[in-house]
Amino acid sequence: MVIASGAFTILARNPVHSVLWLILAFFNAAGLMVLIGAEFIAMLLVIVYVGSVAVLFLFVVMMLDIDFAELRAGFMKNLPLGIALAAVFLAEMIFGIGAYQAGNIALGKGGLNPARMGASNIEAVGELLYTRYIFLFESAGLILLVAMVGAIVLTHRKRAGVRPQNIASQVRRRPEDATRKTQPVVGEGVEL
Amino acid sequence: MIGIEHYLVVSSILFVMGVLGIFLNRKNVIIILMAIELILLAVNINLVAFSVFLGDMVGQIFAMFVLTVAAGEAAIGLAILVIYFRGRGTIAVDDVNQMKG
Repeated sequence: MVIASGAFTILARNPVHSVLWLILAFFNAAGLMVLIGAEFIAMLLVIVYVGSVAVLFLFVVMMLDIDFAELRAGFMKNLPLGIALAAVFLAEMIFGIGAYQAGNIALGKGGLNPARMGASNIEAVGELLYTRYIFLFESAGLILLVAMVGAIVLTHRKRAGVRPQNIASQVRRRPEDATRKTQPVVGEGVEL
Repeated sequence: MIGIEHYLVVSSILFVMGVLGIFLNRKNVIIILMAIELILLAVNINLVAFSVFLGDMVGQIFAMFVLTVAAGEAAIGLAILVIYFRGRGTIAVDDVNQMKG
């Protein structure tokens, strides 16, 4: 399972399938978090990422019909250098983790902010989130609001040819503007 | 028994995958954005793993905030991408040279 998550992510660079692989990677990560006991973050990951972000990506990929072959022109050229750099970087990180000795910090339950006894994961998160981190929580909401407004403002465009209802002009209209009094002579009719 | 090292190795593999994705697909903005999402996911796994193994709930709170920022960033990035595509008809990063400073 641990290796599979990484392996699927390797494949996540196909043109359009990459979004689906990304979703699979997110599901795997959520599964890992459930296994470790952080159910709330795992559910949040599934809802936020799989439910909205990945669908957003999919939507944009479908909406913009792009010639992906042209965009992958430099793919093979960058491949050897990229693989080499990635291998070096990964080796460094893994050796770093292997050499890591937890100094005075004891791994185990009962750290700085332990969950209350008998509280489920979501209760513990809520207790901390709504007391000590309430301002951070609210500013997170503000960030989401700004992101939403920004996205709407950026992508909204005035379209020519759309005739929306103009209530002010409807209210301002008087009978004199729309009708005309005539006194037609008999037998001559009215010129409109 | 799965220890913290396994989680750290997985998250560093994911992180390197994200960096590699940015490296290899330097022309395609959508895939670059997805690679950034992968990097943030690696960070989240790291935070949650440390949070659980240290018995400290704050890590999960911060993982949630990282998630928030990632969602906002994806929304804004894709919006910018859409208007860029409308104006240009392509999303290749190479020809982003109109805004010569």
